[in-house]
Amino acid sequence: MNYSIALRGIYVTARKDMRIYYRKAPVFIFGLILPTFLFFAFFVGRQLDVPTYFPGFLAMALFFTSSSVGPLIIPWEKQQGTFERLLSLPVSIPLLVVGDTLAGAGFGLIISLIVFGVGAAFLPIAIPIATILALPLLFILGNVCFAALGVALSSPAGKVPANIMMLAALVRFPLIFISGIFIPIAQMPETARIVTYFSPLTYLVDGLNNCMGQTAVFPVLLDAAVLVAFALGFMLLASWTLNRKALKGL
Amino acid sequence: MPAVDVRNLVKSFGDTKAVRGVTFSVEEGEFFGLLGPNGAGKTTTIRMMTGVLRPDSGSITILGMDMRRSPLEAKQKMGVIPEVGNVYPDLSGRENLELMGRFYGLKRQERESRAEALLKDLGLAGRGDDPVKKYSKGMRQRISIGCAMIHEPPLMFLDEPTEGLDVQSRRMILDKVKAMNKKGSTIVLTTHNIEEASRLCQRVCIINKGQVVVIDSPERLRSTFEGVQSVEVCFDQKVDCSLFATDKCVTRAEEAGDKLRIYTSDPDEAVRRIMQLRDEKGLKIVSMTTLGPTLEDVFVKLTEGKA
Repeated sequence: MNYSIALRGIYVTARKDMRIYYRKAPVFIFGLILPTFLFFAFFVGRQLDVPTYFPGFLAMALFFTSSSVGPLIIPWEKQQGTFERLLSLPVSIPLLVVGDTLAGAGFGLIISLIVFGVGAAFLPIAIPIATILALPLLFILGNVCFAALGVALSSPAGKVPANIMMLAALVRFPLIFISGIFIPIAQMPETARIVTYFSPLTYLVDGLNNCMGQTAVFPVLLDAAVLVAFALGFMLLASWTLNRKALKGL
Repeated sequence: MPAVDVRNLVKSFGDTKAVRGVTFSVEEGEFFGLLGPNGAGKTTTIRMMTGVLRPDSGSITILGMDMRRSPLEAKQKMGVIPEVGNVYPDLSGRENLELMGRFYGLKRQERESRAEALLKDLGLAGRGDDPVKKYSKGMRQRISIGCAMIHEPPLMFLDEPTEGLDVQSRRMILDKVKAMNKKGSTIVLTTHNIEEASRLCQRVCIINKGQVVVIDSPERLRSTFEGVQSVEVCFDQKVDCSLFATDKCVTRAEEAGDKLRIYTSDPDEAVRRIMQLRDEKGLKIVSMTTLGPTLEDVFVKLTEGKA
């Protein structure tokens, strides 16, 4: 493979996605408004120890924002007829998947950094020195992982973006309830805890708990490693599905 | 070295065999046409050549590069105007051109100057910064052509580029493609418009039911079918085609506007019969022309009963 053409393809795809899709209404609705409502529904007006729940809320914001761009791109491109043109450019399906993932991760990173900045400014959050380097790593890995999830969800899609946004919401909602956001994993019974291990969001919540001095279940490096594994798995799944669709005639 | 070399290309969708062992090659600098009835496999073939679809078997070589082994390098050398290849409606015409320039690795200055020149050439100089969603169909197709040309590729694939366009846009697009061919680019064109193919292409490949029926120059194909000549006659009154039905020298007769077109293998005999009919019925001949076979006649002859 010619690596300079491949890297250029990834960069231009991500840049194009950022320019076109960051301003689309479904991204705002599913990526910003929805997690804000969830925040108000679950955290506001209740007697909660906010610093305890802040890592969970931050993980939820990151999860929703980074996974909101991916589901939109491929169905939108198919609907507009630009997907076929993309495939005839010097870029392959796996490179498109990586480019779309990076665009989604970029959106998630911007919003989650704002949420983190606001939280850090107004809440008594203590970040242990030992984990200070792990925090940016978790931010990047979490955003890439959930952006890849968004792309994987859209890969079997047809030409109607609304359908895949619904499907994405159906997959994303259950995950926030089984990932230790509302009930810390350490306080869960053993059987419930086993279920949480299957959710990639669990490892981001746990990693952020670790970095912000809250109770964590796994070592932070294990959290990071699992996020990497899930991210690669989602990207491979998206590439495999799109390649299969291409074999069948898009 | 041929610009495009396609060998035993096969592609199925479920139980439907869309392409069954297509083989042809296109020389560098050639203007090559792919013709065939709807569902013949032209678009599937062009989609495989441009890397949009993967063939089940067979090989495609683009300017010496194997599409399976070096798809990115091969695609870097081609410009494609897909059948449903739209441009981004949220971006302006200029942004679309520059985006494609980025994909092909053009430097900023080169990208900007070529986009500017293309907007002017395509008659969109005053509208370059408007979003494409405000463009007419013809303007969108012109931008689509520009997107395929921004990197001045040595090989261009055009899938029905003038389908459904107004005369002005069609002419502009064909002039631009012809100019690229004159500069040395190889052009592979699929079209339903046989007259267009006949006028532009040095060779045409007629595909039917996923197989190559014939590959030759439009002129040679026409001369192969000298038997399919015709006489076009216009009388001062309406004359029914059925009057020629029993004539041995007439293959078929059909109405063509206010004229009658009589297909024959013996134009001399057909003209005599027309004159005889004129005298019998007391008609007056307004005009009469003898015609050689058109590419359309050849196309119909080669694909009739098989589509």
